[in-house]
Amino acid sequence: MSRLQVDLPGLQLKNPVMPASGCFGFGREFSQLYDLNILGAMMIKATTEEPRFGNPTPRVAETPAGMLNAIGLQNPGLEQVMEKELPWLSQFDVPIIANVAGSQIEDYVRVAKYISTVENVKALELNISCPNVKTGGIAFGTNPNVAKELTKKVKDVSSVPVYVKLSPNVTNILDVAKAVEDGGADGLTMINTLLGMRIDIKSGKPIIANGTGGLSGPAIKPVAIRMIHEVSQNVNIPIIGMGGITTVEDIIEFFYAGASAVAVGTANFSDPYICPTLIEELDEYLTNMGVSHISELTGRSWKDHGTRTHYCS
Amino acid sequence: MKKQWMSVVSHNAIAKNIYELTLSGELVREMNEPGRFVHLKVSEQITPLLRRPISIANINQQANEFTMIYRADGEGTKILSKKKVGDKVDVLGPLGNGFPVEATSSGETAILVGGGIGVPPLYELSQRLVENGVKVIHVLGFQDKETAFYVDQFSELGETYVATVDGSLGTKGFVTDAISQYQIKGNVLYACGPIPMLKALESIHITDKGFISLEQRMGCGIGACFACVCHLKEDPTGTSYRKVCSDGPVFPIGEVVL
Repeated sequence: MSRLQVDLPGLQLKNPVMPASGCFGFGREFSQLYDLNILGAMMIKATTEEPRFGNPTPRVAETPAGMLNAIGLQNPGLEQVMEKELPWLSQFDVPIIANVAGSQIEDYVRVAKYISTVENVKALELNISCPNVKTGGIAFGTNPNVAKELTKKVKDVSSVPVYVKLSPNVTNILDVAKAVEDGGADGLTMINTLLGMRIDIKSGKPIIANGTGGLSGPAIKPVAIRMIHEVSQNVNIPIIGMGGITTVEDIIEFFYAGASAVAVGTANFSDPYICPTLIEELDEYLTNMGVSHISELTGRSWKDHGTRTHYCS
Repeated sequence: MKKQWMSVVSHNAIAKNIYELTLSGELVREMNEPGRFVHLKVSEQITPLLRRPISIANINQQANEFTMIYRADGEGTKILSKKKVGDKVDVLGPLGNGFPVEATSSGETAILVGGGIGVPPLYELSQRLVENGVKVIHVLGFQDKETAFYVDQFSELGETYVATVDGSLGTKGFVTDAISQYQIKGNVLYACGPIPMLKALESIHITDKGFISLEQRMGCGIGACFACVCHLKEDPTGTSYRKVCSDGPVFPIGEVVL
């Protein structure tokens, strides 16, 4: 067994590195650059029941060590994703994690029910944390009771394990994490973007047409590490960590915090070859560390101390 | 599409805050169409994080070199402007779809209209059209004389008119004022520049056929992130779209909402 191989609910990963949802489309563009078979998994773009155009442009703005985006869950809709995108992706030996979004609980349930039946969809990622849509998204991810109810209802209809993507835009992320665990979530993915804003000093107007956007990139890594460190000690389901990963050292840090796999988002934009580069370097890095299997690193930061860290929030 | 570290062959300031940068590398072999662009990472540091889309102004296949002309007015382009001969630049490209040269036949007249930093991609286009026996008329718009560039180079290829907002060079006003003043007519329009300029060109309808190149803030530059989408004019549902980076940046005039 390879030292990079990771088994998570529904997911047998060749390696623990995958592109994050919204940063990789449905893989078509990146497939022109490299063989997608090398990926551990792929989190495809959020899918809603109906096609969505998303928000007005401009949709992105740069920030120190990060970027803001307000795409607004633009996607071709469930039917197109099931008829066109997922069959196309089936040529690759890569488990697909389908990111599911909606405006109401019923929307999530319908998308989850149908998309989870597609053969190469090995898990769902419930998007209850998108900060860029008026209804749905973050509205579900900031209320533990609603998040739990949504998780339960999706679990009831899903044919594959369900991961829930948590928002950092909450006072206490642990409350939401525990709630979705109670609701039956098989795993967590964290974190989504932090709500942010930039203003053009010439015009005095926000740079992003939506006003606010989600902050991603290396700027948010410390927030992600802290939250994974806190949540992983207090839940019994695995975490796929994300938030500003650009180097193999970042991956190690996420594992130390408590992640069992990682997703790479914004870095795909600055270096479209970042995923294959990280996968290659990770193996070499583990050899140099003398680690026989990557899962040994999960939660090492708190396991090695013997006691759990207490957070006041 | 490739990503490659290319070498700086020459780098000069050619107008106020306007730079002409020539890079060398194998990637030039893939540059087959005027109007496409490259996506540059200007720094090896984390910041600035995103790549910069810059249009291709001139392609020299024999020498394996291509030239970009850009305005240094933001954090990224200011860093780029410090690159010296021999330095390496991280280039992804060529990206997008360019101007259809074949849309104009030999003996016909093409009107090439550029505004500011929208002028550069028209230079390679103009050369290709001239090679095909097309008559080219250029209308170039700038803020003022200080920011005007490549007027002589365009003049060598065909009739060239200039408009400046302050009137310090050519017609005072916008490109549409020069078009009106000189009663410019032709068969096909090719344009690149700010949205208000493209809208004005659309409204005056100087040719039956035309192609416009759009600029938009981009994330990935290859079509994956949906940051740079635009609406289609003929779309009753409001959900159809084009991506400026991968479906464009060049579109038939009238296809997308400006």
